[in-house]
Amino acid sequence: MIKSIIKYFSEIFRGVKSLLTGMKITGYYFTHPKEIITQQYPENRETLKMFDRFRGEVVLIHDENNEHKCTGCSACEIACPNGTIEIISDKAIDPETGKPKKVIDKFVYHLSMCTFCNLCIIACPTDAIKMAQTFEHSVFDRTKLTKVLNKPGSKIMAGIKE
Amino acid sequence: MNFNIYDFTDFVTSVSNWLNEILSPELAVITGMAIIGIIFLLFIALLGLSLVYIERKVCAFFQQRLGPMRVGFWGTAQTIADIIKLIFKEPLVTKNADKFLFNLAAFIVMIAPLLAIAAVPFAKGLHVLDFDIGIFYVTAVSSIGVTGILLAGWSSNNKYSLIGAMRSGAQIVSYELSVGLSLLTIIILTGSLQLSEIVNSQSDGWWIFKGNIPAVIAFIIFIIASTAESNRGPFDLAEAESEITAGFHTEYSGIKFAFFFLSEYVNLFIIAAIGTTVFFGGWMPLHLGNLTFFNNIMDFIPPLIWFFMKVAALLFLIMWFKWTFPRLRIDQMLTLEWKYLLPLNLMNLMLMSIVSLNGWHF
Ligand code: SF4
Ligand code: SF4
Repeated sequence: MIKSIIKYFSEIFRGVKSLLTGMKITGYYFTHPKEIITQQYPENRETLKMFDRFRGEVVLIHDENNEHKCTGCSACEIACPNGTIEIISDKAIDPETGKPKKVIDKFVYHLSMCTFCNLCIIACPTDAIKMAQTFEHSVFDRTKLTKVLNKPGSKIMAGIKE
Repeated sequence: MNFNIYDFTDFVTSVSNWLNEILSPELAVITGMAIIGIIFLLFIALLGLSLVYIERKVCAFFQQRLGPMRVGFWGTAQTIADIIKLIFKEPLVTKNADKFLFNLAAFIVMIAPLLAIAAVPFAKGLHVLDFDIGIFYVTAVSSIGVTGILLAGWSSNNKYSLIGAMRSGAQIVSYELSVGLSLLTIIILTGSLQLSEIVNSQSDGWWIFKGNIPAVIAFIIFIIASTAESNRGPFDLAEAESEITAGFHTEYSGIKFAFFFLSEYVNLFIIAAIGTTVFFGGWMPLHLGNLTFFNNIMDFIPPLIWFFMKVAALLFLIMWFKWTFPRLRIDQMLTLEWKYLLPLNLMNLMLMSIVSLNGWHF
């Protein structure tokens, strides 16, 4: 009898305590406007910084000499579940060994089919591609969403092997 | 006409004398009623507009958001835009709905808070209906609103509406009890049901301070139970969006939906106003013992401002509840009332009687 009465009241106190804990948290947010995470997008376009792991689009990394690390191995093409990537490769003569070697002609990327799953990035053995943080992708013509990622005149960095 | 911001009695009397001079007695009464009615309608419209905006902002800040920001400065014109949108929307009626009851429900829901708001004492002399059973009147008429909700649910010919309405019915039947009992706890001290009497009895201190621990418990129970009575979160099972679409007002659109929406906010105001009147001294300024200087400063602030400040504080508390606590399930809600609030309330009533008999309050 006494036990159940004690249990009854301790339940009430525990309930009230947990409710007050919740109110403390929301009260903290209310009194600290710095915690607000809303981005006022078109206004803060200049200063807006996307978070690190945001996946905007796939890009092929080029360095200042217009060189990239893609060997044309097609691992990303195979890894992609949506057929977003098409690697069109070419044969070229390796200047060092004089043997024929596979190089990419076009790295075609269909942004319209990409689900930003990151699988191609993981699959790439040479870390040639990465996710960029751009997100303003809307265009008036669908064909503009098909992009060639290797820049014109670019070539593979020296020393990158399949 | 002598206008005094601290005491409206003379002002109101002179207005009614002036009406009597220029009009026949019957016409004067009717004109007086019409003026008061128009003032209240304008007040309610303004109240709805501002409360919706405030609620959205408060809710946003609790959830680390900014809320409406686009229409007007900091989104201040957002609710006006919403109202215009609602007015231009087509008022749909479901096929096979009971058209008469369907239309009636929206008005009944609106009538209840309109009746109740007349009894709210805004300031000294600014009080439309001062019945000697004021508290009883307010609790009675404010529960008329549930008839509207039940009718809305029934006449919509929609299972979600019906479930929502039935939940609302169960909710009102149970929580009305707690609201009444918690108010009774303070009535023991005031010895009067008249709202102006209750305010006057607090001229030397508010009941929440004077009434010792039982008054605080009564206030907590009051605020929980009345939140439930107004169908607001965490007790918004009647319109639980995630389970039953929008509950009793699923089938309403356009301006009739706006009525339901508006009535929720006016009800909210009435709850806060009654809570203020009974527990926080209504329009009475805050007085601390014998600190004459402090008391004089407090007296300098007009009663209307005191009243609205206190109401705003209570409204904020209720909004804080809504945006913090998760919604209760129907059985949890009934358990809370019948197993916890009601027994506690009865105990508290006993406690208050003992306190009052022994003169332990201040
Ligand atoms: S992110 Fe996914 S969908 Fe997009 S290209 Fe890479 S693998 Fe394909
Ligand atoms: S991007 Fe990487 S995985 Fe894709 S073809 Fe080039 S080297 Fe191979």
